[in-house]
Amino acid sequence: MANTVTLTVNGKTVTREVEERTLLVHFLRETLGLTGTHVGCDTSQCGACVVHVDGRSVKSCTTLAVQVDGASVTTIEGLAAADGTLHPMQAAFREHHGLQCGFCTPGMVMSAVDLVRENPTPSEKDVREGLEGNICRCTGYHNIVKAVLTGAEAMRSGSDAKIAAE
Amino acid sequence: MANPSGIGASVRRREDKRFLTGSGTYTDDINRPGQTFACMVRSPHAHAAIRGIDTAAALAMPGVVAIYTGADMAADNVNGLPCGWLIHNKDGSPMKEPPHFPLARDRARHVGDTVAVVIAETREQAKDAAEALVIDYEERPAVASAVKALEPGAALVHDDVPGNLCYDWHLGDKAATDAAFAQAAHVTTLDLVNNRLVPNAMEPRAAIGEYDRATGEHTLYTTSQNPHVIRLLMGAFVLGIPEHKLRVVAPDVGGGFGSKIFHYAEEAIVTWAAKKVGRPIKWTAERSESFLTDAHGRDHVSRAELALDKDGNFLALRVHTVANMGAYLSTFASSIPTYLYATLLAGQYKTPAIYAEVKAAFTHTTPVDAYRGAGRPEACFLIERIVDKAAIELGIDKAELRRRNFVPKEAMPYQTPVALQYDTGDFAKNLEMALPVVDYAGLAQRKTDAKARGKLRGIGFATYIEACGIAPSNIAGALGARAGLYESAEVRFHPTGSVTVFTGSHSHGQGHETTFAQLVADRFGLPIENIEIVHGDTNKVPFGMGTYGSRSLAVGGSALVKAMDKVERKAKKIAAHLMEAAEADIEVKDGKFSVAGTDKAVTIGEIALAAYVPHNYPLEELEPGLDEQAFYDPKNFTYPNGCHVCEVEIDPETGVTEVVAFTAVDDFGRVINPLIVEGQVHGGIVQGIGQALLENCVYDDETGQLVTGSYMDYCMPRADDVPSFTVQYHEDQPCTHNPLGVKGCGEAGTIGASAAVINAVVDALAEYGVTHIDMPATPQKIWQIVRQATPAMAAE
Ligand code: FES
Ligand code: FES
Repeated sequence: MANTVTLTVNGKTVTREVEERTLLVHFLRETLGLTGTHVGCDTSQCGACVVHVDGRSVKSCTTLAVQVDGASVTTIEGLAAADGTLHPMQAAFREHHGLQCGFCTPGMVMSAVDLVRENPTPSEKDVREGLEGNICRCTGYHNIVKAVLTGAEAMRSGSDAKIAAE
Repeated sequence: MANPSGIGASVRRREDKRFLTGSGTYTDDINRPGQTFACMVRSPHAHAAIRGIDTAAALAMPGVVAIYTGADMAADNVNGLPCGWLIHNKDGSPMKEPPHFPLARDRARHVGDTVAVVIAETREQAKDAAEALVIDYEERPAVASAVKALEPGAALVHDDVPGNLCYDWHLGDKAATDAAFAQAAHVTTLDLVNNRLVPNAMEPRAAIGEYDRATGEHTLYTTSQNPHVIRLLMGAFVLGIPEHKLRVVAPDVGGGFGSKIFHYAEEAIVTWAAKKVGRPIKWTAERSESFLTDAHGRDHVSRAELALDKDGNFLALRVHTVANMGAYLSTFASSIPTYLYATLLAGQYKTPAIYAEVKAAFTHTTPVDAYRGAGRPEACFLIERIVDKAAIELGIDKAELRRRNFVPKEAMPYQTPVALQYDTGDFAKNLEMALPVVDYAGLAQRKTDAKARGKLRGIGFATYIEACGIAPSNIAGALGARAGLYESAEVRFHPTGSVTVFTGSHSHGQGHETTFAQLVADRFGLPIENIEIVHGDTNKVPFGMGTYGSRSLAVGGSALVKAMDKVERKAKKIAAHLMEAAEADIEVKDGKFSVAGTDKAVTIGEIALAAYVPHNYPLEELEPGLDEQAFYDPKNFTYPNGCHVCEVEIDPETGVTEVVAFTAVDDFGRVINPLIVEGQVHGGIVQGIGQALLENCVYDDETGQLVTGSYMDYCMPRADDVPSFTVQYHEDQPCTHNPLGVKGCGEAGTIGASAAVINAVVDALAEYGVTHIDMPATPQKIWQIVRQATPAMAAE
């Protein structure tokens, strides 16, 4: 059965017809062509599909498009600044070689950003536990952890700078 | 370093920007006009006769375009998927190679065997229709374990393969080995299992087949590590499509670890069916399908015996291994437990006599093939485990027993008794570098401290060697390889001095776009931005063998060097002409061509322009253009080696093992990009730790059902399962036979880690009398060991 959903995706309002069973991840990838969000499993365990819904990280493979009608969704494509400047977390992943094949990366980065939002000063242990829902087969996590710790610091100083400027 | 992007610099990866912003292009991200979707219909039974398939109801479902079965493929004379390596039995007869049809014809031989394909307008419609397909299966008895498959009376996987024996192969000098055992002061014996694993690259396999009626050209987009190999195997052997009418594209690929080397049924199915339906067809695996159909890894059952003299010198090693091939021979399956395993059984030791016997068995399970390390982790695990056991039995320190038996660096090049010739290696140095890093001297204190906290602490060593960049082609061919093992490269300078490099090598996470560009930047003094690396498209790059076995830099990088040599030779001639000097007087440094003893110089950019706008150019002697191609066939394998040390703490109350420290000291020869090399080691270590403590692919022995078919049952290592690592390397022992001196680093972590972890676990459990534990050393297993031992110990 067709339903109409209206979402704000990466700042743009979109209205589309969807089937009831359409998953958010398929809506993003196939209806909107935002293929940065990946599907790595069918049991909601790998985190390749993580996006932000109203600022919180969500596994888009376990969310129906109709469930998020009216919400604001940010995908990996919407994380960098409009001028292309990488988000501090993206920059930290590059600096510390926190990605190899890049397949887990969008979900990993989106999870990491939310992790730091919840806990701006995470320890290594916090990062490891916080990313427990994201599987990476390539990096052995070593450089991901380094990247997230650096990204957290950069996000803190970024928001400090913002506060100081206000 | 002259160039900030040159050899030895930790250049940040150039591919990262697209991956970090969601603009990578993986196969499933590609959509072709008019595309349909395929759902593969999989056998739910491990073994069943297919008595009939009724497609009528499914064909009537909404959106269904076509349904094909094995009979349709047979009618089109589609052949089976070939095996790329012929192994001969002890008696010289060839191995058994039963056909492996892309769509099963009369029999399903493992859970997940493909029996039909449903093609529909949408993925959901294809899945719905697949449910409606009526398949009349007659279930047959199945066998999942290789050891059981070889027992008399076992269910047969292929009627014409008696006893399920694919081959019975051996290597080494049996008589010399037996004689050494007869003289031995001590013999250590160890039975061990190398557990089956599922590779689990995070990107599930996918394939899109497309046919252009106008040109008669087929295109296959696929998640492959080696698009040319797929083109050759599928075109020439399976579908009979000439290579000039078949393009294979492997775009961004989300990890492979070996599992994306092989030619898979789905690739042939979508390519063949796309022509039949006249529309592109996309298939993307769900993770459950990946578990059932990606080739698995390992699955050896072995008995090892080590003969020693009274001083702990190794005299001989005798090994019997049973290897599980699964239901069919996957592309390189037969070579893994033979030429990539038994040939490595010398390890780092000067054991004078070695004899190995390998029996390979068919079973009603998913085919088994190369998975990161491929044979070498199995060899390393066996050697390093038995050396540890011998050390315990003889009361010799584990580091010391290794040291005593290392092949000394003075003995290089060293001919092992199992066919390989190591070119370089300083094994003692690796160990001596590692010992202070891991504070070996402080171990006893750490054990005592742990004890006070109620924990059991243990240390484990793995001093490994591996063989990478399998070669040379003619010797591999004599041993049964049905492919060449060279690599190709083309260096194309453009008129204004930028460069495109085409490589037959393939990156699925290894960072070629950075490392290969560093080689060019370094050689010609160019900014890295001016260099593009192209790979993964058979219509663009010269015929190449792709990426596996840690070969990219050693073989593909060497081909690139050869192509750059050719460019430089021609550039020198052009420079001589431009500067009116003799070619012999031209000196080249960092892309500058100067006349010796003068300040006259031209850059490679100026030379390129002259080559493409040949107004002032020696046209009688030289062709215009600056574009050279090279193929490189290595003279030998390369031999990365190292010393990995793991320290664990076990909680005897829960059986949980925590890896508290892991140190890797490696010799990869020359290192081009340290950041990338260290990343490869980290990833490898975690796959090794995963095998040792977490991962296990389990089949039900009675039914042949895959018990661990999802991430709910198959335990993947996650961030909180592992620590951060200490990774060091030295560059003292460059490879002697390739122009870069590089050895390869992609598999080392996995090869060393599982042995180091299990050695540490056994060390931690020593007080319970444990001398071996099979992988994975799960909390349950350890808890049981501790429980069973505790009353006995209390009674003492
Ligand atoms: S795709 Fe694996 S958790 Fe969503
Ligand atoms: S970078 Fe490949 S899975 Fe994480």
